[in-house]
Amino acid sequence: MSEPAWPDEVFAVLREADIQQVGYVPDAGHARLIARAHAEPSMRAVVLTTEEEGIALATGAWLGGARAVLLMQSSGVGNCINMLSLAANCRTPLLLLVTMRGEWGEFNPWQVPMARATEQVLRAAGVLVHRADHAGEVAEMVRAAAALAFASREAVAVLFSQRLIGAKVFVAAGEKL
Amino acid sequence: MSEALDRRAVVATLLAGRDDLLVVSGLGSATYDVAAAGDRTENFYLWGAMGGAAMVGLGLALAQPTRRVLVITGDGEMLMGMGGLATIGASQAENLSIVVLDNRSFGETGAQASHTAHGTDLALVAAGCGWRETRRVADQAGLVGLAAALRTRALFAVVEIAPGEKPRVLPPRHGALLAARFRAALGISDP
Repeated sequence: MSEPAWPDEVFAVLREADIQQVGYVPDAGHARLIARAHAEPSMRAVVLTTEEEGIALATGAWLGGARAVLLMQSSGVGNCINMLSLAANCRTPLLLLVTMRGEWGEFNPWQVPMARATEQVLRAAGVLVHRADHAGEVAEMVRAAAALAFASREAVAVLFSQRLIGAKVFVAAGEKL
Repeated sequence: MSEALDRRAVVATLLAGRDDLLVVSGLGSATYDVAAAGDRTENFYLWGAMGGAAMVGLGLALAQPTRRVLVITGDGEMLMGMGGLATIGASQAENLSIVVLDNRSFGETGAQASHTAHGTDLALVAAGCGWRETRRVADQAGLVGLAAALRTRALFAVVEIAPGEKPRVLPPRHGALLAARFRAALGISDP
């Protein structure tokens, strides 16, 4: 199976948007983007111990005149809630790229509750939410989200649906779930 | 044994003449202490986002590599963001220092004993997270040495301070104002 093109397209959009800091919690869905960010001299990739660190990182980056993006899984959204008050109070832009687990064909039931809550939690905390379901719309959606975040100074999340990314495979093909 | 250090005097000593320093303060007493040392636009005060001060400092330090950044926070705020010590340790940022004002209690909420009263040594935690230089300061001589060291290099320090609340000195608490004036002080245009 060939690698999908959209992670490289997203990376190109982040370069266009002059993103200089990439905070991330390791995630298979973002693996390509993380590797590209580490290899890019104009970007600083920062591995986080928990997603909320990334909200604070992005706030500090903006204070210093730089733009940041945060990469996380849906399970990490819940870790960010109180820290999102930084963006709400300070009108600091925030761009979150969230890969969804726990929805399309999920094997691991522990991923499902946070997946069910992800979009509502983000909206409740004041984050604008876009959702990408198809490879062809991802780059355009991230470009629009970056513009909305940095030009209008909003907190914006793009959810990459699990259908887009592909459900994580836990058992061999043909084996009963 | 010398007299325990006074938090206001500690912060005033650390910030005296430090016009070039970018300062981030953690919520609660540390924010009041930094305000008491004199409000300036290069101070970014947190009034919430508990656990976020150190990581705001990291984002700022990476964005402004030619400036020195100092995070001043309390033991409770640092405990909540302890993972950030690993993130910052891994980043090896050369221009970010953290000073934890350690009164071994959660002063803002009724002086309940914090984890540092029960054995957590945040300087050891930072050292274990890869911070190259860490120190504990418990007297005036140590404080003067710390103030001098902060001018030259990145380090993590725990300053043992006397317990007890001070009269509150309240800086502006409108986050958008604080962020806008901070960026303006750095000459960042905000079209």
